[in-house]
Amino acid sequence: MTQLAVERIKLFSTRSPWWCMALALGITVGLTAIIAANSNDEFPLTVQATQFAHTFGLYVIMVMAALAITTEYRFGTIRATFQAVPNRISPLVAKAVVVAVLAGIVGEITAFASWGVSKLLQPDMTLALDSANDWRHVAGVGLVYAVGAVLALAVGLLVRQTAAAVAIILVFPLLVESLVGLIPKIGTDIQEWLPFQSASNFVLGGPDLSGRPTDAGPPQMDLPLSPWGSLAYFTAISVALLVVALVVTTKRDA
Amino acid sequence: MIEVEELTKHYGRTVAVDGLSFTVRPGRVTGFLGPNGAGKSTTMRMILGLDGPTRGCALVEGRPYRQLRDPLRVVGALLDATWVHPNRSARSHLRWLARSNGISVRRVDEVLEVVGLTAVANRRAGGFSLGMSQRLGIAGALLGDPRVLLFDEPVNGLDPEGIVWIRRFLHRLADEGRTVFVSSHLLSEMAQTAQDLVVIGRGKLIAQTSTAQFVRDATEDTVRVRSPQAQRLRTLLGGRARITDDPVHGALVVHGLEPAAIGELAAAHDVVLHELSPQRGSLEEAFMQLTGEAVEYHGHDDQAPPDEPPGGLRQ
Repeated sequence: MTQLAVERIKLFSTRSPWWCMALALGITVGLTAIIAANSNDEFPLTVQATQFAHTFGLYVIMVMAALAITTEYRFGTIRATFQAVPNRISPLVAKAVVVAVLAGIVGEITAFASWGVSKLLQPDMTLALDSANDWRHVAGVGLVYAVGAVLALAVGLLVRQTAAAVAIILVFPLLVESLVGLIPKIGTDIQEWLPFQSASNFVLGGPDLSGRPTDAGPPQMDLPLSPWGSLAYFTAISVALLVVALVVTTKRDA
Repeated sequence: MIEVEELTKHYGRTVAVDGLSFTVRPGRVTGFLGPNGAGKSTTMRMILGLDGPTRGCALVEGRPYRQLRDPLRVVGALLDATWVHPNRSARSHLRWLARSNGISVRRVDEVLEVVGLTAVANRRAGGFSLGMSQRLGIAGALLGDPRVLLFDEPVNGLDPEGIVWIRRFLHRLADEGRTVFVSSHLLSEMAQTAQDLVVIGRGKLIAQTSTAQFVRDATEDTVRVRSPQAQRLRTLLGGRARITDDPVHGALVVHGLEPAAIGELAAAHDVVLHELSPQRGSLEEAFMQLTGEAVEYHGHDDQAPPDEPPGGLRQ
């Protein structure tokens, strides 16, 4: 508990987390507003479509999570941290928890703000949250943000440099995951098992995609896992990477 | 009390610290002296559990650092004053440190008062001068009211006022019965600050002794004598002491004889003396003599720079 309080003080006593959170919220809600304002009977707005832009905020939140650890290496405060708590695991786990909870809260605010803005701009469209799937499309964003933050933190902990961590966090989901599909034959098979495809499948995927226009929003994929299975898979990858990062960090010189 | 036993650290093929053993006792200021690159900082990082030793161990108050509970209450350390997030205020920096070891927030204000940073406590640390950063680092070291204190080059880059302040401060801490271990590559500074010395070069122990003893052992006291009857004096002294010429002052330099004995001898033989001055051996000379073999990076006056870039190794 003590370490949670410490990491909370650390995170909130600098300005960059506030900027990242504001940016994540603003960019996602802003893009959703554009999508909503431009939808019509030909491209009807659905509950899913109000969350098409959630990945933009996800990347910003992941950058925030990576910065939470890489700035400690950049400014040497990681040594002060390990001096204060030499077992190293507890402050780092505490940091992961604090960052994940914060990312989750930002994710929920972003998701419901996006949904609310859409409803405001298109009061006539059917955007009511009627089913469990509807709730997953909106409330699920927070869970993906939280898990994504843990993944980003693990990457930051492994590479220990802001530039490298941010590059990996952006290049992997934006380039690698889409370009892998271009590999002949096996490309799409690999793609189905990549972490951010799973994350996206959890938020946007669903048992019945027939209502969704095929030429709007991110490309649709028919993943082998169910939406909740996809979340479990994304979480398992992120936690596994964090464990690797923790083991490596306890072994190497600070 | 700090005990270091056979401490060794390899970075790839480079040996930074090589079988180092020494003890730092409480109640005294112990200087940790060595040329740049001798392994002082590496040793301190290993004492604090930041770097893992290749071999050997370091004990603080009888236990390895990583086994200490709430270590800031046992050991306070200032290794690098720049280890602060520049956008965090001095107070926030100390607040999270205090919280991590169950130290009250009141103590944060106390140590800020002690180092004289109360007025700037809420300013961002990135705007601090080097002197202020050092004070903030010292405040961090004092937070847990620890029995053992480590400072790595605390006077580096400080103005004379700051140096005097730190020197007095270290003595006060030692007088309170704490173990104070201060590293420096400046012998003259250590001579005024430290009572004991641990001297290393190229990662190896060169000497562990009191500062006074170190100076006595490593330097030779001589007497400079000038006289219009220099030739006669040389003959008189010839049997008892070694005599060399001082080319600068045109005087005799007498080795191994007290000034009083020289004066009495001259008086007994009616030799007029114009000067009779004891010369203290310089501490810098002693240091150079001892560590000369063990300097990692020599300056080259007339040669091309060596292949490996100087300072490529962490100290």
